[in-house]
Amino acid sequence: MAAAQSQDEQQDQAPLPTGLQELVEDFHAVTVQERLQLLLELSQELPGLPQRYQGRLDQMERVDECQSPVFLAVEVEEDADRTVRLFIDAPAEAPTTRGFAGILHEGLDGTPAGEVLAVPDDAPYRFGLAEAVSPLRLRGMVGMLARIKRQVRARTTAADAAAGEG
Amino acid sequence: MTAPTDRTEKFAAYAHPERLVSTDWLAEHLGEPGLVVLESDEDVLLYDTGHIPGAHKLDWHTDLNDPLTRDYVQGERFAEVMSARGVTRDSTVVIYGDKNNWWAAYALWVMTLFGHEDVRLLDGGRTKWVAEGREMTTEAPAVTPSDYPVVERDDRTVRAFKDDVMAHLGRPLVDVRSPGEFSGERLHMPDYPQEGAMRGGHIPGARSVPWARAANEDGTFRSREELEAIYQQEQGLDPAEPTVAYCRIGERSSHTWFVLTHLLGFDAVRNYDGSWTEWGNAVGTPVER
Repeated sequence: MAAAQSQDEQQDQAPLPTGLQELVEDFHAVTVQERLQLLLELSQELPGLPQRYQGRLDQMERVDECQSPVFLAVEVEEDADRTVRLFIDAPAEAPTTRGFAGILHEGLDGTPAGEVLAVPDDAPYRFGLAEAVSPLRLRGMVGMLARIKRQVRARTTAADAAAGEG
Repeated sequence: MTAPTDRTEKFAAYAHPERLVSTDWLAEHLGEPGLVVLESDEDVLLYDTGHIPGAHKLDWHTDLNDPLTRDYVQGERFAEVMSARGVTRDSTVVIYGDKNNWWAAYALWVMTLFGHEDVRLLDGGRTKWVAEGREMTTEAPAVTPSDYPVVERDDRTVRAFKDDVMAHLGRPLVDVRSPGEFSGERLHMPDYPQEGAMRGGHIPGARSVPWARAANEDGTFRSREELEAIYQQEQGLDPAEPTVAYCRIGERSSHTWFVLTHLLGFDAVRNYDGSWTEWGNAVGTPVER
């Protein structure tokens, strides 16, 4: 019944990019305790930084909303979709934060810029994690998402201006 | 049954040496009846990546905070949490955690609200245990649920509410947040609202002593002499005077509460857990910058 209810609620909400929506469904398909395990798995699957960002955290944006040192970089490709590439660095000693980063990476990396910008700011609250990790902790993911969107906006605007469209 | 006191020399100088154990002591006593080890971290998943063998997880949000009211759990829920981890009223409880034992100290303080007598911190916490290459496991500990009594929480002795702090103005207050939070200038990034409080600054008359000054690089507590130099000589705090510590939500100040109470032997320290998220949002509370 709880699952049906949450599906009804989801119908009233702005849609998410496919990858992110699939993760929302994965999280709601399991118990609260299993959600923690799923988050842990996502933390383990967060890819390491590519060569060009290694040791260059100064080139990345620090996520102040996280209590652990978390850095992210956003690239927007010049293809028709303006595909977004995400690079996130979070310490192994902060698996929850890494898990949040893992959700955003798994759900948004490779998505068109327009879809990333359309992700509602409250998307982090749709995974049923508030009861598993507490709402306060979710602020870290809210901060990460806001910074990702801001960077995507900045990069697409800059690209538009350069192309004479802005 | 109470486990023996750790006779480590450094601890002997503290006001209450029985409140700390070393990693050596813990390694030696691990698994003994009457001893329960709890891990309390900022990160809710860290325990699940590996923990001290036999240790149970105690989460500050999901186990110690009431899910509805902004408050700690009541006696009944606390008894359930303790029973599920095999703690009895006379167990020796050793708590350790990440971030210089920040959340471990918070858990210890909450256990103090419920009057659990023998609760200690592992000096250096999780970081030191790991750094020393000691055993960690992901195996869930075996547990025989215990019969922990329902105890009424004592909110008068080591806890301060907003009205208590109002009445305390003019007497010693310790703000343990970062200097930027104390001065009220942090943290206003473009496009991001300042989360948590409507006003920045500190409670009038508070001394700024960031909590982590009490810890060494390796996360262990500084020696009694070094701590006295900071809190008593430098800041002029007096062990005989009632003192209130606060931070943002009362977690970092639990660490300072532990230092002042158990290491330096201050008589009457209270932790104001409402802290800045209450004070900086309440209407009409005085703020100083």
